[in-house]
Amino acid sequence: MPANGAPTKITQGTRTKGGIGESTLRPDGTLKVTGEFAYSSDMWHEDMLWGQILRSTVAHAEIVSIDTSEALAMAGVYAVMTYDDLPTDVRNYGLEIQDTPVLAHGKVRHHGEPVAIVAADHPETARRAAAKIKVDYRELPVITDEASATAPDAILVHEGRDDHHSGHVPHPNIVHRQPILRGDAAAAAERADFVVKGEYTFGMQDQAFLGPESGLAVPDEDGGVHLYIATQWLHSDLKQIAPVLGLPERKVRMTLSGVGGAFGGREDLSMQIHACLLAMRTGKPVKIVYNRFESFFGHVHRHPAKLYYEHGATKDGKLTHVKCRIVLDGGAYASASPAVVGNASSLSIGPYVVDDVDIEAIALYTNNPPCGAMRGFGAVQACFAYEAQMDKLADAVGMDRVAFRQLNAMEQGTIMPTGQPVDSPAPVAELLRRVKAMPLPPERQWESSEGSDVRQLPGGLSNTTHGEGVVRGVGYAVGIKNVGFSEGFDDYSTAKVRMEVIAGQPVATVHTAMAEVGQGGVTVHAQIARTELGVTQVTIHPADTQVGSAGSTSASRQTYVTGGAVKNSCELVREKVLEIGRRKFGSYHPAWATAELLLEGGKVVTDGGEVLADLVDVLEGESVEVEAEWRHRPTEAFDLRTGQGNGHVQYSFAAHRAVVEVDTELGLVKVIELACAQDVGKALNPLSVIGQIQGGTLQGMGVAVMEEIIVDPKTAKVRNPSFTDYLLPTILDTPIIPVDVLELADDHAPYGLRGIGEAPTLSSTPAVLAAIRNATGLELNRTPVRPEHLTGTA
Amino acid sequence: MRVNFTVNGRPQEADDVWEGESLLYVLRERLGLPGSKNACEQGECGSCTVRLDGEPVCACLVAAGQVEGREVVTVEGLADFAKQRAERGGCATGACGTDGKAGTSLQDAQHWAAKGQDSQTGEGTELSPVQQAFIDAGAVQCGFCTPGLLVAADEMLERNPNPTDADIREALSGNLCRCTGYEKIMDAVRLAAARQGEAV
Repeated sequence: MPANGAPTKITQGTRTKGGIGESTLRPDGTLKVTGEFAYSSDMWHEDMLWGQILRSTVAHAEIVSIDTSEALAMAGVYAVMTYDDLPTDVRNYGLEIQDTPVLAHGKVRHHGEPVAIVAADHPETARRAAAKIKVDYRELPVITDEASATAPDAILVHEGRDDHHSGHVPHPNIVHRQPILRGDAAAAAERADFVVKGEYTFGMQDQAFLGPESGLAVPDEDGGVHLYIATQWLHSDLKQIAPVLGLPERKVRMTLSGVGGAFGGREDLSMQIHACLLAMRTGKPVKIVYNRFESFFGHVHRHPAKLYYEHGATKDGKLTHVKCRIVLDGGAYASASPAVVGNASSLSIGPYVVDDVDIEAIALYTNNPPCGAMRGFGAVQACFAYEAQMDKLADAVGMDRVAFRQLNAMEQGTIMPTGQPVDSPAPVAELLRRVKAMPLPPERQWESSEGSDVRQLPGGLSNTTHGEGVVRGVGYAVGIKNVGFSEGFDDYSTAKVRMEVIAGQPVATVHTAMAEVGQGGVTVHAQIARTELGVTQVTIHPADTQVGSAGSTSASRQTYVTGGAVKNSCELVREKVLEIGRRKFGSYHPAWATAELLLEGGKVVTDGGEVLADLVDVLEGESVEVEAEWRHRPTEAFDLRTGQGNGHVQYSFAAHRAVVEVDTELGLVKVIELACAQDVGKALNPLSVIGQIQGGTLQGMGVAVMEEIIVDPKTAKVRNPSFTDYLLPTILDTPIIPVDVLELADDHAPYGLRGIGEAPTLSSTPAVLAAIRNATGLELNRTPVRPEHLTGTA
Repeated sequence: MRVNFTVNGRPQEADDVWEGESLLYVLRERLGLPGSKNACEQGECGSCTVRLDGEPVCACLVAAGQVEGREVVTVEGLADFAKQRAERGGCATGACGTDGKAGTSLQDAQHWAAKGQDSQTGEGTELSPVQQAFIDAGAVQCGFCTPGLLVAADEMLERNPNPTDADIREALSGNLCRCTGYEKIMDAVRLAAARQGEAV
């Protein structure tokens, strides 16, 4: 039995069908294709009411008065609640800093902030009642960028801060600041033969999960409440919800409903507390379902960023130094901003060897929409900028762009800017080699014997070109992402595993609180149980708070951490099963005492393959259950002045090659191919691994060429809260995405696996930008690129 | 108001429908058929795609009153719909109808009836070829786009049993997916088409 965090390997037989390494199919697949899978917005209860949230129409204002009388008087309305109706003194929540009001108190700090909530017997009644609530706002100037946030006379977005970052930030409108100083960047710059500088802008991206924020709160007889909810982390929600309701955590029961995607957007609470408040107030079940318009206001987004970089290299192409400053806009509330700052700073130079760095990352408080977690989490913005710099510097040195990266690529043993050694495989140069070695897609694929197929051209069915003015470009990028929660966070998970005989078959039941958001964790848990316990039948218990925390489904961590917890609990169960076997049958065969025993194919076998007993006979009349926590290696905080510290658990690497075709006359881009090579350590489910890589790749492409929440800089109001105006890639916009999977085991991780979900989201964006630059010769220092940036009409 | 229409071959009656309600709302909240999804309710994402008298439509953009007397097929009835189409036409694709034209005629759509909803036998769920292909190809992640994509893909294969990749992309361009990057969806539709081809 390996200790927590110690190197682990496959100690169990792998001959059981459906174990790790196979592309087993999703256990929820049939329900999902027949429409029977119950998502949080599908919940229904006899006699239920509908909740509606009234949101601020302005970004920054004092609330002079709220008049709910007309709304309350409407037929069908059961409750209207404002800040004054909150049941306890705990009226704020937040992931790390509890700065977010459940309902606005005297002030609103961003467009769309919740001000009042309504429960009614029909959703339209609830909407109309909310519209009848009169809120008198006295508008305040808006803070929208670094200059307005840190001006000497700037209004403070949050007065009287006393959080654990307020002591070290240079201004109260800065949430958190993380410098990283290593070596002597100024001295190293003297050695540089070439220096390139750049200023980059990263737009605000939305997670745009398709299942809207929704859930059903049912009042319990004991005065508590049962919440059926789509979230990324049940126990984190619980910790924030219970105090506001004035309930002990045991009286807030949470069950995970079907989750229609997440991508970071469900780390923060949305309608959870509101639904519970209305259910407790009315004594009736309350369902809240956002529509898409509201969803754009209902969750945090990816931090938009300004990034300032200086890179230097010697004439033989070795990096001398990097100086950079990353300014993330955290919006009105902290959300995950401090951790995003930690990632952005510690991963800011990318997967390269640079001994002399001067790095600073900050997140601002502004009146823009709150920003927090989204797939890639701070590493995405940095990757966009450092990869643009690497191309520029390669050109300055006169080297091939890929060769220049390979020359400077980190490898196992490289020291990060934080001083942390990279102690598992880091095949950066190899991933670049692989992605470059893939065959290029043929030129002019739109040409056929029947003329041009416009679907293959920029502009597509708009029929804007038959190939005139269309230029091809190719670009490369590579990135580094951390896996798991960093900076000393106690990032554990819990798994309860039971083994028993049901209907004459040995069956394992796996119970965790892991949020299945589509990633396929439930598939992998069943595979792990089969491999470790040698059974065919595995039942995945619904995720709820009746078992210990699984931590968040984010940071590419669940297969590593909850997978690790399932593996660990299975190993403990296996030991107990073998003890029972020794007790019952030990006297029949000496191998029970002397051989290494495995569970395989429903039997206890020796490592030599000799069958000792049937699991059914061992387990007859007994069931074995273990609930245990599991932890990966501990991490450390980054020093607040120098950024030094072993802050990360594991690193994950992907490289992309993008091929684009650009209609240079109209500024329209068609991405033809986005090839990806990624090291996954060990592919527990190859089909799911490829699905994750392709999905992450496309989200990276989205923010390269179309996806951006537009916030009016004068009013801080969101201008495009819809799928009509916030464009997501459709299947027509999507390139082919060939994937080359490398499996170099990380000896510190369960089965040698590497968290995979986020890395492909990083390098996809800069690869597409590089390809567009290659096609057009333009500098393009912002993403997403819009037609006007390509035609000079911006 | 009261709305009478047929869903998955069964006559349905919805009472106390507010005039502003969509077909999607009536299906999900009044008839207990939440399989059609509510990802945008703006007609942009395709997650609520259903067949209305054979035509694929966004149920969120159809007023409930507009379906009076008409035929609706949702993802819940897709397996039966595909099966009966195959049996009726003697043709797995449904594209070899008596009139020689591809697609489901209005008359065919109106004569179709599901058996699924009354079945309590609990036998293994029977799936349509496109449903099975989505599972097998790994085209389902969070699954929220899946019902709409299945209805749209099934309709496309009915019209066009041998689609090119460009045909598939064009037919499914009204259905957003945020998880998969669409590659496995392409695989699934190609697989369903190939299996249908073998079955003929």
